[in-house]
Formats: sequence, structure tokens, C-alpha cells
Amino acid sequence: MPKMTADAPLSGAKASTRRLKLEWLLAPLMLALAILLWDALVRWQQYPPFILPAPALVARKFAAVVRDGSLWYHTQLTLLEIFAGMALGLSCALVMGYFLAKSRRLERLLSPYLVAAQAVPIIALAPLLVIWIRSPGLSKVLIVALTIFFAALINTIVGIRSVQPDLVSLMHSLQASRWQILTKLEIPAAMPVLLGGLKIGVTLAVIGAVVAEFVGADRGLGYLINLARGILDTPLLFVALATLIIIAVLLYAVVSLLEHKLLAWQRIQ
Amino acid sequence: MSPQDSFSTAAAVETQQPAAGPAAEAWLAAEQIERQYDAPSANDAPPTRALASTSLRVEAGEFVCIVGPSGCGKTTLLRILGGLLRPTRGQVIFKGKLLTGPQPEIGYVFQHANLMPWRTVLRNVALPLELQHRPAQEIQARAQAVLKLVGLQGFEHSYPRQLSGGMAQRAALARTLVHAPELLLLDEPFGALDAITRERMNLELLGIRAAYACTAIMVTHSISEAVFLADRVLVMSQRPGRIVAQIAVPLPSPRTLDLMGAPEFASLTREVRRVIDRQHV
Ligand SMILES: Nc1ncnc2c1ncn2[C@@H]1O[C@H](COP(=O)(O)OP(=O)(O)OP(=O)(O)O)[C@@H](O)[C@H]1O
Ligand SMILES: [Mg+2]
Repeated sequence: MPKMTADAPLSGAKASTRRLKLEWLLAPLMLALAILLWDALVRWQQYPPFILPAPALVARKFAAVVRDGSLWYHTQLTLLEIFAGMALGLSCALVMGYFLAKSRRLERLLSPYLVAAQAVPIIALAPLLVIWIRSPGLSKVLIVALTIFFAALINTIVGIRSVQPDLVSLMHSLQASRWQILTKLEIPAAMPVLLGGLKIGVTLAVIGAVVAEFVGADRGLGYLINLARGILDTPLLFVALATLIIIAVLLYAVVSLLEHKLLAWQRIQ
Repeated sequence: MSPQDSFSTAAAVETQQPAAGPAAEAWLAAEQIERQYDAPSANDAPPTRALASTSLRVEAGEFVCIVGPSGCGKTTLLRILGGLLRPTRGQVIFKGKLLTGPQPEIGYVFQHANLMPWRTVLRNVALPLELQHRPAQEIQARAQAVLKLVGLQGFEHSYPRQLSGGMAQRAALARTLVHAPELLLLDEPFGALDAITRERMNLELLGIRAAYACTAIMVTHSISEAVFLADRVLVMSQRPGRIVAQIAVPLPSPRTLDLMGAPEFASLTREVRRVIDRQHV
């Protein structure tokens, strides 16, 4: 153990990366274990495939629908709905949240209605929206947007309000314009909360898209689940579910990566 | 602070003429300014009177220190002088014009460092120039120069949370100095520091002020710090604060730490203390 003191911080860093690697391994290991247990359960209880298909059967189905292109056909539309719905919901929430954060009066005026709107389950509202809005694409995008809107709105308000008043004073003393205060103070200060909200938002958006497709659709992963259930093709249902999970995990990972990049300063001790 | 309390940045144009009078000739003059804070709308508590009718005049090049008990309205007074807070009554005349908002010639150092945690030290210090849309090279050069002046070279790329309290205050000072203000307003900038660091920072501050030839008004809790730095010490009463006495400090400059052992330094601090104590009976 030469150069003890000089090595101390370095070895600390090494240990933490090792711990990180272990954490990365842990999740796939858990997954493998779960699949093994699932397989054992099916073998032991001899379930028919429409109740609980074996993992191998699901995997084969997965390969088949990937090969014939039908999985991508449905996934494509669901992804589109998710992205368009998030874009719409987030931009409305950001703009509205900003003004609500700035004006207590506006907040007092609108918050009862916002809370009331949030209390109506989206699943009850979705059929209505489908009836009211002729364009099936638009109604689904709107349902996704509504699903994430409230969480995004609250996070925007909390984020903008988290700005230190003395930093606002500083910006005033430096004669910053309103735009400069927004871009150089309010947005960076709110970023941790905003990204936290986005993490919740992406998973909600996936749920929103499925809800929208349940209500009325002839394409999409939600539709695929409905279809598979109707014809008792449980392996297909599992494939659609797995795809949804993969989408949610990937979206979450993208936001986490964004967080890692944008909030590097927060990790400094 | 509610929005209507503070000046809007856009309203920083001086159109009104100040009332004619002797004060109009001073470099900086506050005329019978008062400030009260309204209680939160929910309860019917009476408003807090933070500052009673206060007048003061400061000439260009002076170093004025303000001492007073905690909560007596020192920050309130300084914010009004910096155009960051509107007085409920009275007016401030700066360089012959009515002060209606923050000015580019006035630099303000807050009671705590008040740095942006997401910016590196260099980018924090560069902020004022960035807001003025200066060319990137100029920003870089001036920010580096002022960081060197406050002894923070080598820490350009550190983040505020990696700095000690004293270093953070230095970075805050550098950020204010980078746009070379004519008037430096300092609100207990070294209040959170240990005595030794504080003395060193005081010396540095005197050097910096000489280098920039600026006028300074500094709030402090420490009587010896006030006497060491100032040409004039103003003493405030308890809340609602007003200036009850001023003590001239005719000590020679440049000042060194040896001065603190001198008999005239001791007699001046004693005098300031006596004035303060008189307020508390
Ligand atoms: N924004 C505000 N709203 C309501 N009351 C305030 C506000 N700011 C200050 N006050 C009150 O005004 C009085 C003076 O405050 P100020 O901050 O000016 O004191 P100070 O002399 O700077 O105190 P300290 O030495 O502790 O910093 C205090 O009683 C405080 O409670
Ligand atoms: Mg104060």
C-alpha cells in the first residue's frame, strides 16, 4: 500500500464506480431470476398457455411479431402518440405553470378547477373525448397530454417558486431583462424539479397512450392488448406488455441521462 | 418581497427631477427615507416599521460603514440605496438624479454569497458581463483578472458548493467588481467568516477599493471592522432604525493590521461602542 494519502480519494472514486457497476448488474440479474421462477412455475403447475404461457413461448411470439413487422406497426403509432402527447402536455404545463407560479391571484382563481379536472379519472374522460373529437389521432394525443399535464404543471409551479428571492434581486441589480431572468435564472434553478416531473411524466404518458387506445383504436399497443385478450392469445398480450415496459424504461433512462448531464453540479459534494 | 415592492427593471430611466435643495448636490443622498413592510395579507397584524425617517449623504470616494443592532433595518437601508427596494416615503438622489431602480454604476454584495450553484465560479463572475452581451473574449479576460484580484485563481472551474465560506464571499465580491461599479454596497459580506479570515478579507477589500477607486457603503456587526475600514461610521438605532450618530475616523491610509493595536484605534472603537450602548438604555 504505497502512497496511502495520495491514493485515498482516488480509491474512493474507484470503489464508487465498482458499486455502480454492481448496481447495473443487479437489475438484469433480478430479471433473469424472475424469468427462471416464472418458467419453473409454468412447468410445475402445467398451466395452459392462455392462462400463463412459458417464457420460451412468449419469446418465440416476440420473435415472430418482430419478423412479420406487426409489432413495429403497432409500436410506431403508440410511440407517436406518446411523443406528440408529451409535447402538447408539457408545453401547456410549462407555460401555464410559469404564469401560475408568478401570480398568486391567478393560482387562486384556477387551482380549484385544475384540481377538479385532475380528480376526474382519465379513463372515464377518455370515451367522451373520443366521441367529441372526430380525429382519432388528435383525441389520443389529447388523452396522453391530459394524463401528464397535472404532474408537469405542479412541478413547473414548484420549480419556478424554488428560485431564491435574493438571486432574483441580484438579477434586478444587474438590470437583467425579463427574458434573461427566465433563461439564466428561473429555468436553470427549476431544472432539478422539472426533470423530476419529467421522469414521472414519461411513465404516465405510456399509460395514457394505452388508455387512449383501449377506448377506441384499430392500431397501437393498447389495441394489440385488447385484440390479444379477445382471441385468448396470451403470449401476444405478454409481448405487447413487455414492449410497453421497454418503452417506459427507455424513456425513463433517457430522462435520467439528461438529468446526469444537466445536473452534474448537483453531484458535487 | 412582493412585486409591487421592488422596482421594475424596466423603470430604471430617470425622468423626474429631484426636489431642489442642498441634498441635490451630494453624490449620494437619502432624504428622510422610511420603509415599512406589510404583514402577510392573511392576518391583520400591523405593518413592520423597518426604517424610520433616515437621511444620509455620501461623497464620492468615501468609505462609510453602518453599524447597528440586528434587525434594525440595515439591509433595508442598503437595498433602498441600491435601488432594489422602494422606500415607502422619501427619496434617494444619486449623482444628481432621482434613484428609481437598480443602476449599472451600483454594485451590491449580498449578506450571503448568493452565487448560482449551477454555474462555475468563472461563469458566476462573468454573469454581469454576460447580461450586458459583452464579447466572449472580453468576458473571459475581465472575469479572470478580477478572480486573480480576489485571490481565486485556480478555482475558476469549481462550483460554489466546492468553496469555503470565505472563498464564496470572494467570488461574490469578484462578481460585483467585474463590472467596475462606482458605488459598492456591501451587506455584512464577511459576517459568516472567522476572525482571522475576516481581517485578511478586510485588508483585501481596502486594496481592491483603492484599485477601483470606488465609493463604498458597508453594513457590519463588528465595531472594529467598521473603524478599521471606514472614513466615517454611522450608528443606527434599534428597529425602527434611523441614523443616530456618525463618527469620523481620521486614521491614516493605507491602513494595515498593525493599526488595530494603536491607541487612537482603541479610543475610536470605544467611542462607537459608547454611542451604541447609549441606544440600549
Ligand atoms: N421582506 C420583508 N418582509 C417583512 N418584513 C421584513 C422584510 N425584510 C425585513 N423585514 C423586517 O424588517 C426589519 C429590518 O430588517 P433588515 O433585514 O433590514 O434588518 P438588518 O438590520 O439587516 O438585520 P441583520 O443585522 O440581522 O441582517 C426586521 O424586523 C425584519 O423582520
Ligand atoms: Mg441584514
